[in-house]
Amino acid sequence: MKADPRGVLTGTHFIDGDHACCEGALAAGARFAAGYPITPSTEVVERFASRVPTVGGSFIQMEDELAASIALQGGVWGGAKAFTVTSGPGFSLMMEHIGYAAMTETPCVFVDVQRGGPSTGLPTLPAQADMMQARWGSHGDYEIIALCPNSPQECFDLTIKAFNLAEEFRVPVMFMMDEVVGHMTEKVVIPAADQIEVVPRKHTKKSIEEYLPYGTNGDMVPEMAHAGEGYKFHVTGLTHDERGYPNMTPATQDKLVKRLQNKIRSAADRICLLEEDSLDTAEVVVVSYGITSRVAQRAIDLARERRLKVGKLRLITAWPFPDKKIADLASRVKAFVVPELNLGQMVREVERAANGKAKTFAVPHAGGGVHNPDEILNAIVEASRC
Amino acid sequence: MAKGRVSIVVERCKACGFCVEFCPTHVLALSSAFNSKGYHPPHVVHPEKCSGCDLCGMYCPDFAIYGTKTPEAKAAGTKTQAGGGEK
Amino acid sequence: MLNVIEDSTVNPVEQFLRTDRMPHIWCPGCGIGTTVNSFSRALVESKVDLDSIALVSGIGCTGRVAGYVKLDSFHTTHGRAIPFATGLKLANPKLNVVVYSGDGDLSAIGGNHLIHAARRNMDLKVICVNNLIYAMTGGQTAPTTPGRATTSTNPYGTFEPAFNLPALVDAAGAVYVARWTTFHVRQLARSISEAFAKKGFSFIEVISPCPTLYQRRNKMGDGLDTMKYYKEKSKVKNGAPTGEVGLTLNGEIAVGKFVDRERPDYQTLMRAQYVESLGERYIEVTGEAEPEMECACG
Repeated sequence: MKADPRGVLTGTHFIDGDHACCEGALAAGARFAAGYPITPSTEVVERFASRVPTVGGSFIQMEDELAASIALQGGVWGGAKAFTVTSGPGFSLMMEHIGYAAMTETPCVFVDVQRGGPSTGLPTLPAQADMMQARWGSHGDYEIIALCPNSPQECFDLTIKAFNLAEEFRVPVMFMMDEVVGHMTEKVVIPAADQIEVVPRKHTKKSIEEYLPYGTNGDMVPEMAHAGEGYKFHVTGLTHDERGYPNMTPATQDKLVKRLQNKIRSAADRICLLEEDSLDTAEVVVVSYGITSRVAQRAIDLARERRLKVGKLRLITAWPFPDKKIADLASRVKAFVVPELNLGQMVREVERAANGKAKTFAVPHAGGGVHNPDEILNAIVEASRC
Repeated sequence: MAKGRVSIVVERCKACGFCVEFCPTHVLALSSAFNSKGYHPPHVVHPEKCSGCDLCGMYCPDFAIYGTKTPEAKAAGTKTQAGGGEK
Repeated sequence: MLNVIEDSTVNPVEQFLRTDRMPHIWCPGCGIGTTVNSFSRALVESKVDLDSIALVSGIGCTGRVAGYVKLDSFHTTHGRAIPFATGLKLANPKLNVVVYSGDGDLSAIGGNHLIHAARRNMDLKVICVNNLIYAMTGGQTAPTTPGRATTSTNPYGTFEPAFNLPALVDAAGAVYVARWTTFHVRQLARSISEAFAKKGFSFIEVISPCPTLYQRRNKMGDGLDTMKYYKEKSKVKNGAPTGEVGLTLNGEIAVGKFVDRERPDYQTLMRAQYVESLGERYIEVTGEAEPEMECACG
C-alpha cells in the first residue's frame, strides 16, 4: 500500500541524516516515538517531536532509555507504528527490550546513531562499534535485521525499509547509522506519498474465537491484534505457546525459538540488500558499510588507477549477514578487505563466511574519525599481492 | 430458610482457610477429606446460615468458592448484612 | 458496549479469568488471588467496557496476574510495566490501562518509572500488591521490607530504611492514593472502582501475605494468621498525611484513601499545549485504526 500523505514531506531538501531518518519514519507511518536525549541521535526525535502532532501521532520523552525502549512497544500494541532513537550508552540500556521485542514479535525500529565507545566514549564523534551488539546484545537466541545507511538520502529511504521489514517479519529492526551520516547534510529527495510503498501491520482478520495470537498456520510470522479490539490476548516475554500462554518446556522453547530464528534466516536472501560493483572481474573485494563505504570508494578509485582489480560489496543489510554472497565470492577472489570504524567486528563474519577460501584483511579504526583512504588502499595493495 | 448457597470448586482449593475464618455467619469448616493436590477443602456445615454474601468468594485467593443468593432472597431484595471485611 | 456478565449462578470472578490456566501458581495463603477478586468486582461495579481495558504487569509473583486475566494483558519486563502502559495509553487514548504488579517490580527496579508517571499524571490505574519481599526469587529484601525483618539477603535482619509507597507517589504527584490489605476486600474493590472513574495517575497499594517467604521466615505464621493480623492491626485513616503511614514490622497498618485530588493528566495538558501552539494544524491521536490499516496488502 501507499504512504499516508500526511506524513510525507514531498520535495527536495537539504537536511542531515538524523532529520532524514525522522522524515523516513513519518513517511513509513510511524506515529509514536519514545526517546531519551543522547548525542548524536537527538535531532531525530527533536524533529519528530515538532512534526508528529501535525500528523496524528505523539512523542514522549521518557525518563531513561529502558523506559523509551519499552514504551515504544506499548505504542505498537496500542496500534501505532513506533520507534526509538539512541546512541551507544542508551543502546546498551535498551538491550533487554530488543530481546522482548524479538520474543513477543513486536514490530518496531531501534535507531542507533553510533558514536565512539566503550562507555561514554566519544559522544560527538563516529564509530561503527555497535554492530555485534546490535546482533547479539540481548540474552538468548534470536534474530534481528540491521540496516546501514551511508547518506542522508539513505537515512530517509532505508528508514522506510526498516519499518517495512519490521512489519513484514514482526521483528525489531536495528537502524545502524553513525555520527557522520547522522550529522552530514546533503540533498534528500522525498517522493510523493503515492510513490512510497509501505507495509501495513500484519493484522489478523480472524474472529475473536478463531484467533490464536502466536498461531502461524504454516506462515512463520503470526498475525497481530491490538489492545482494545476485544481479542483479549496475552503477550509475555516468557516462552509461550500458540495461545500466547507461558509454557516453559524444552519442546515449546525449541519450537518457538527456532521459528523466531527461521522466519528471518529463511528469508535472508530477500532481506539482504547489497550494493555491488565490478565483482565479476574482481580479485580483491572491499566489504564496507555506513560512512566507511564512502571512504572505501575513494580507496577503490585510487586502486583502480593503479590497475588493481577491485570490486565493491556494500552491506546495506548487515544482519542477517549475506553468508551466501561472501561464500560465493570467496571461491573466486583472492581476498576481502574490510574497513570499519571498530577494531574488528563485521570482518569476523566475512572471515567466517569465506571459510578459508579467500584471505581476509581487516582495516580497523578505533573511531573518532573516518579512515584515511590510503589505509584502505594499502590493504587493497597488500591483498592483491597475496 | 437459607438466603444463600455456597459453591465450592474442590480441586482449586489450597486450604488457606480464609473462607472459613471470615464467613460472617460461620457456614464453613475445613473438611477432613483431601482433594487431589492433598489439601483439605472447605465444606458446608451450616447451610441454613448462608446469607449468600459472597465474602468467601471475595477472599478466596484460588477462585475456588463463591456464594450466591437464592432466587427467593434475590426476589425479596435482601440486602447483605455481612460485615464485608469492614472494621 | 458493556459486556460484563451479571449471572449470580457463577463465581463473579470466573468471567475475568483464563480458566484454562487454572489452578494458578500462587502459594496457599498468598493474597494475590484475593486482590484479583476485588479487581473483578470493581470491573463489574464500575461498568467499564472490558474490551477497553489493557492490563500490564511486570515480573514477579504479582506480575503473573496478566497471564490469568481474560483481558488484553501484557506480561512485560522487570520494572517496566509503567512505561509499557504509557506507550499503550499514548497510542490509543481510549484504552483504560491498568498496571498490576508487585512492590519490588514497581518501586525498586521500576521506581524511576513510578515517580515519573506520577509526575506526568499519566492516566494509569496502578495496583501494587505489596508483600514486603521479593517472593518469586526466594524472599530477598525489597525496598518495602520493614526494618528488622529477616530476609534471605538480610539474614541478620533488614537494617536499611524502607519506602513508604503512598508518601512516595503522593510527593511525585499521584491524584489518587489508597492503601488496603487483602483483608479489606470490599474497600479495595471500591478503591479500584474509584480509580476507574478518575483521570490521572491512581495508585492503590494492597498489603498482602507471602506466607512462604516473608511470614514464615519472620515467624509470623501462615496466610490466615497474617489476615487476622491485618484485621486486628489495620486502622482506617482516610485522608491521613501520607508521611505518617509508613509500615513497621509488627505495628499498625494505616489503611484508607489518603489522596484524592484533581490535576490535569498528561494527555489533557498535551492536547491543550498543541491546540494553543498549533491550532488547526494539530491532529489528535484517536486510537482509531488509520485507513491504511484497513487496506488489504497487495
